[in-house]
Amino acid sequence: MATSAEPILEADGLVKHYPLTRGIVFHKQIGAVRAVDGVDFTLGRGETLGLVGESGCGKSTVAKLLCNLERPTAGAIRFKGEDITRLSGRALKAVRRNIQMVFQDPYTSLNPRMTVGDIIGEPYEIHPEAAPKGDRRQRVRELLDVVGLDPAFANRYPHQFSGGQRQRIGIARGLALRPEVIVADEPVSALDVSVQAQVINLLDRLQTEFDLSYVFIAHDLSIVRHISDRVGVMYLGRIVETGRDAEIYDHPTHPYTQALLSAVPVPDPAAREDRERIILSGDVPSPADIPSGCRFRTRCWKARERCAREVPLLAVPAGLREAGGPAAHDSACHFAEPRQVVPPEQARP
Amino acid sequence: MLLDVRDLRVEFRTRDGVAHAVNGVSYAVDAGETLAVLGESGSGKSVTAQAVMGILDTPPGRITGGQVLFQGRDLLTLKEEERRKVRGAGLAMIFQDALSALNPVLPVGDQLGEMFTVHRGMSKKEARVRAVELMDRVRIPAAAQRVRDYPHQFSGGMRQRIMIAMALALEPALIIADEPTTALDVTVQAQVMDLLAELRREYRMGLILITHDLGVVADVADRIAVMYAGRIVESAPVHDIYKAPAHPYTRGLLDSIPRLDHKGRELYAIKGLPPDLAAVPPGCAFHPRCPMARDVCRTDVPPLHAVADGRGSACHFWRECLRGDER
Amino acid sequence: MPEQPPYEPERAIAGTGMGGAMDLGASEAAGLEKAPGGPDGTGPRDKARSLWSDAWRDLRRNPVFLASALVILFLVFVSLWPSAIASGSPLSCDLAKAQDGSGPGAPFGYDGQGCNVYTRTVYGARTSVTVGVCATLGVALFGSVLGALAGYFGGVWDSVLSRLTDVFFAIPVVLGGLVLLSVVTSNTVWPVIGFMVLLGWPQLSRIARGSVITAKHHDYVQAARALGASDSRILLRHIAPNAVAPVIVVATIALGTYIALEATLSYLGVGLKPPSVSWGIDISAASPYIRNAPHALLWPSGALAVTVLAFIMLGDAVRDALDPKLR
Repeated sequence: MATSAEPILEADGLVKHYPLTRGIVFHKQIGAVRAVDGVDFTLGRGETLGLVGESGCGKSTVAKLLCNLERPTAGAIRFKGEDITRLSGRALKAVRRNIQMVFQDPYTSLNPRMTVGDIIGEPYEIHPEAAPKGDRRQRVRELLDVVGLDPAFANRYPHQFSGGQRQRIGIARGLALRPEVIVADEPVSALDVSVQAQVINLLDRLQTEFDLSYVFIAHDLSIVRHISDRVGVMYLGRIVETGRDAEIYDHPTHPYTQALLSAVPVPDPAAREDRERIILSGDVPSPADIPSGCRFRTRCWKARERCAREVPLLAVPAGLREAGGPAAHDSACHFAEPRQVVPPEQARP
Repeated sequence: MLLDVRDLRVEFRTRDGVAHAVNGVSYAVDAGETLAVLGESGSGKSVTAQAVMGILDTPPGRITGGQVLFQGRDLLTLKEEERRKVRGAGLAMIFQDALSALNPVLPVGDQLGEMFTVHRGMSKKEARVRAVELMDRVRIPAAAQRVRDYPHQFSGGMRQRIMIAMALALEPALIIADEPTTALDVTVQAQVMDLLAELRREYRMGLILITHDLGVVADVADRIAVMYAGRIVESAPVHDIYKAPAHPYTRGLLDSIPRLDHKGRELYAIKGLPPDLAAVPPGCAFHPRCPMARDVCRTDVPPLHAVADGRGSACHFWRECLRGDER
Repeated sequence: MPEQPPYEPERAIAGTGMGGAMDLGASEAAGLEKAPGGPDGTGPRDKARSLWSDAWRDLRRNPVFLASALVILFLVFVSLWPSAIASGSPLSCDLAKAQDGSGPGAPFGYDGQGCNVYTRTVYGARTSVTVGVCATLGVALFGSVLGALAGYFGGVWDSVLSRLTDVFFAIPVVLGGLVLLSVVTSNTVWPVIGFMVLLGWPQLSRIARGSVITAKHHDYVQAARALGASDSRILLRHIAPNAVAPVIVVATIALGTYIALEATLSYLGVGLKPPSVSWGIDISAASPYIRNAPHALLWPSGALAVTVLAFIMLGDAVRDALDPKLR
């Protein structure tokens, strides 16, 4: 188990609401988009926490909150026990060295007017204490080397590279300050299949090499399983189920997780006949108008009257606690029960 | 054969030279059959479809050879007007980005109705009734009310349903779906793929599914054609290809995707990058990335060898690949 | 590992519908192996190429740019050293020669006051270029700084500035000039320039605000912020270089219109007044004699038209070269 006792990063009751306003000069609030609506998790040193969910579930907002790109409406983010959401100025700048981000879109995440060397070297200009001036060129070359690019590329511009190469450049920039935590927001979803694997392997290797902890955000459940130690499934701004990867994938207890997993196409035509499919009806409700009680109830086949009334808490469900085993993990459902939806592994030639 | 594409060639003239986007592609689809065309960006899979549909931008594109036989007639030799008739009634296409494929200033009902007024000469009123029927067909809730809504008032999944409804309007014999679910979330993707499969069965249509997603292919396709650098490198029934690929590129792709059903260790990664179509390597286009490449691969373009009945591989060493050598 | 063949991927084409993520140049053997050493990365195409140098390369090959740049260079030269090509003073007029045709030292003839049209047209360039350049600099600095700050910081100041630009847009330029400049007694270019900056900044501020807002939402700005970069660093290093292109284009085109506006105001008698030398004044003075001495009207108007056109065409050429969508 990769998790150590002491968590490096904790989210505690994280909330981010974006006000909906009307008015030309003076804005009057008429509502709020509840993008993140009470998210808790802990990330251990050297661990990878995967956050999965569909578009609009708030996973990218969580990434921005963790990197202090947005201020939360409520809640705390603790880095080694210290709440970083209230920091500003010098203290905030110091914390930023430790939490870095890798972005989804390799085409917009690099400044097209800067050379690759300047992009990767910029962290040292912002934090001059991180590397003495004379060392910086050498550091940049080393970083390029670490992510598998030729150091001679340092004076080229981003548009001269392919998507996968740009993503490597983005990763090198993230590594420059030797952060302890990397928040990766859909780092491979813009890449071709054959290039995806290269970048995933790179992230895997860097984790051991630099002793990194990852928060890995993605919509692709297969990739999240591959890279994560623990997984949190998000729906409409909340984590609805969380546990170790085998617990979530092989013993999901929340109906949303089950539907999500059953919808993923498995690259195995032999499995298609005997696979159970849960096809959800309807679309995700708007985060500006979240259903009462359990937020999944409008699309849930198990929903009963209680679900509209009572908000289910994210905890080990009472019925599963006694039995123990892999099904006994946190799940925010009044009627949680395990159900196998991913076909057991087929022997592959 | 419903559609028989033979040795199709398409090139693009750009200021950086001539790019051979499609380099002699042949495939065939029967009524009621689903052919998946699998490939990465720049493999030529979409360009092939555009050439078949007759919606290729010319210039910069140019069809330099081949035949597209649809119900026995070569579409490439037809006049534009006849072609348009075929395009309405015989062939239809579904695009990845439904929002940009629909007209934003027209209610969806009018856009659906237009298919009937233009191609079938119906009155506006009749067409409206048919539009509602179609929207019901693709299971859009409260179709009768929503027929007056504009595209932006629908969610992504619903818009894709409208695209499907439009494609179905004239009950075509063949639908080409270009990455129809790539922009959608998995749960919505499942809904849309389900709908597409059901409608295909119901109407006994042929379906060409263009995608990069090996999972989607495994779920719905009968046959696969794998494209690389403008050529088909492997073509086979879906079960065979997943069981034992006969081309190293297919094998690499299958090995490089993470699995939902088990954790696995380090992923296999195909080294290097897909080639630039303006400078495709000589010999086998895949050779710079191929773990099995030998001298002959650098000089000789491999033909599509018959591996088994209905199965081909454009690899000099398909036997070794099939056996799983050097894996 | 098999030996790497001397194959180098080069720039890919940007063909239509070939998938979003096209691979752009630069050779690499990725995977976890390093790019092989040797000839890799030495081709002429593989040099560092910034977007600016790409734009410059395009411009140098654009005949429209070359022609307009030539005209503008000539104008600048003439306004700096008018005596190099015209002898005599534009103010020394001889009524005896009024309305005469071309003569020695006066290829364009004489106007109603007997002044040498050639000399006056040459000296008039200085006024036009000074007004155009100074007004554009003022407008560009003032407008783009205000617009950039408003776009970057947003909030109440942004709202206030936006409403203020609306107010300025509502002022009719010529009417405003007639009212404001008629009270000015100084007969120099500066009140005219000041007036243009006063009414012209909202145009540039709007452009700058828009392009800063576009640039602000790019991930590289988020990345810089995540690194702890200060606002001034983000604005100067990340946003300004990416937002400046539309400002340059609009300012170049505006330069031509300011020259035309100066001539208009001088024609109406509120810009420069005699004895200053300006094409507007000359056009105004020549218009009563249009039947007898059309040449006195033709040359200054022609110079004005060519100058304005040159700046507008230059702006267009620059726009084409800087527009990333076209590359």
